[in-house]
Amino acid sequence: MSDNAETAGSAEFDEKTRRDFLFTTTAAVGAVGAATAAWPFIDQMNPAADTLALSSTEVNLEPIAEGQSITVVWRGKPVFIRHRTTAEIEAAQKDDKADLPDPQADVDRVQNTKWLVMVGVCTHFGCIPLGNKSGESKGEFGGWFCPCHGSHYDTSGRIRKGPAPKNLEVPGYKFLSDMQIRIG
Amino acid sequence: MSDKQMHPVMQWIDYRLPIFTFLNHELHEYPTPKNLNYWWNFGSLAGIILVIMLVTGIVLAMHYTAHVDLAFGSVERIMRDVNYGWLIRYVHMNGASMFFIIVYIHMLRGLYFGSYQAPRELLWMIGVLILLAMMATAFMGYVLPWGQMSFWGATVITNLFSAIPWVGDDIVTLLWGGFSVDNPLLNRFFSLHYLLPFVIIGLVVLHIVALHQHGSNNPIGIDMKTDQDSVPFHPYYTVKDLFGLGAFLIFFAFFVFFAPNYFGEADNYIPADALQTPAHIVPEWYFLPYYAILRAFTADWFVYNILSLGGFIMTAKLMGVLAMFASILLLLFLPWLDGSKVKSSRFRPVHAMFVWIFVLDCIVLGICGAKPAEGMWLIIGQTATVYYFAHLLFIVPIVSRLERPMMPPESIAASITAKATG
Repeated sequence: MSDNAETAGSAEFDEKTRRDFLFTTTAAVGAVGAATAAWPFIDQMNPAADTLALSSTEVNLEPIAEGQSITVVWRGKPVFIRHRTTAEIEAAQKDDKADLPDPQADVDRVQNTKWLVMVGVCTHFGCIPLGNKSGESKGEFGGWFCPCHGSHYDTSGRIRKGPAPKNLEVPGYKFLSDMQIRIG
Repeated sequence: MSDKQMHPVMQWIDYRLPIFTFLNHELHEYPTPKNLNYWWNFGSLAGIILVIMLVTGIVLAMHYTAHVDLAFGSVERIMRDVNYGWLIRYVHMNGASMFFIIVYIHMLRGLYFGSYQAPRELLWMIGVLILLAMMATAFMGYVLPWGQMSFWGATVITNLFSAIPWVGDDIVTLLWGGFSVDNPLLNRFFSLHYLLPFVIIGLVVLHIVALHQHGSNNPIGIDMKTDQDSVPFHPYYTVKDLFGLGAFLIFFAFFVFFAPNYFGEADNYIPADALQTPAHIVPEWYFLPYYAILRAFTADWFVYNILSLGGFIMTAKLMGVLAMFASILLLLFLPWLDGSKVKSSRFRPVHAMFVWIFVLDCIVLGICGAKPAEGMWLIIGQTATVYYFAHLLFIVPIVSRLERPMMPPESIAASITAKATG
């Protein structure tokens, strides 16, 4: 095109740029159209409306004695709810200053220091850590231990040792009353 | 087969659609090096096992139900109630292992005899893509019975993508179609598990087209120059391939009939339970070396700390994931990493030695992948991981450029005459 443009008069030169303009806009509109058409085929993979609708769970805390934990299912994942002992709370608060891979204070992880609520899914590759049932290994820090690749979590669910990069996730939850919470 | 030998009906068709000419050209006349050894049987074996997997898979899909509540039961029904269901499923299940055994030997052949070198670089690279497609297919197929290993394997592998910075969690949600591994994932895995084998067929067609452009490499790695160097594919190699197939089918049948669960994990006969992780999650044997590489990268490993500048660039988890993918993708560059002008390791004793050490290293990685990632096994796995990358990135490029190869024979025919008289 440039060869012609050099030898051609200005009128023809204008015609070339107009053609270039048409070419570019056609390609641009085509690309936007293709991307728009592709989006439904990508977004259909995201959670469907009925999956999203099942996204909250209510839990009654009354039956959980001090030092006991329960596991409830929320969005298909286990949620650990632990009624912590005073010793555990103290240990967790004392370790706020320890060398933490993912630093977070214990008070930022709980709404009521007695109740630790978190998603029971290891932040490494998604296994379920042990330690929520009595008799299971609680790891070196008295919290939870993931058997898949050896991650140790403390009494605040913070990662202390092993390959997991982050603390156990605290889901959004709300105390509906002293002994009733809603997760999600 | 010339035009005159053809049946008139075949002639009529061939004049309009030259299918018979094509088959004759590619499977009958096709000149093949006359010195191929048994390492060259594994290409055709891979093609045959692909067909076996397709046939058994299509039949299994007629009885399988892709739903979290019904999948496990439908597989058990195949095993107990469907006529010959047990046979078809065991063939399919063990066929996956056979496919990987064959393909790994096929790749070792390529590594040892330098089959990836010019002008067969694209042939090799298409092969690597076939391996990747096979791995995706095998992984998704393993999820379908919805046993404990299915479920937790799917959980661990999909969670690999959460290592991607910023968008990782969104990608995992997209893959799951929910907030955990559940029915949407099982459905899409079934759909893709059915689709991908046909993608593999497409890649295999390209692989064969690229192969037939320059013909097979051979044990001495010298191109065919005259008619003296080759024999027609049929009957010489059709017969040899059939013999190899017979031997292979005996090996295959042994596992199907006498040790059908040898390659499997007992835990996969426990229905999936989202609230109970098995004590020890292991992938299928053919993924173990990559699994060992994935797990080698721990936050306190000095190699990780050097490469990530003390954890500044990326997490250990992300580096493990990248290393695992890199371990396969690096093979794409092998034709250029190897700078030798001589293909076959027969004339490159130093390179040959390193090829065998590399094979040993892959086996060691496989053993480490099967063991818990702690103590001595972690250290061995980390060392073997370093060696894996050192082989591809340093040893091959340097040795191939420094080693002075022995003088190969003048031609394929000459090498055979020399052997006969010498």
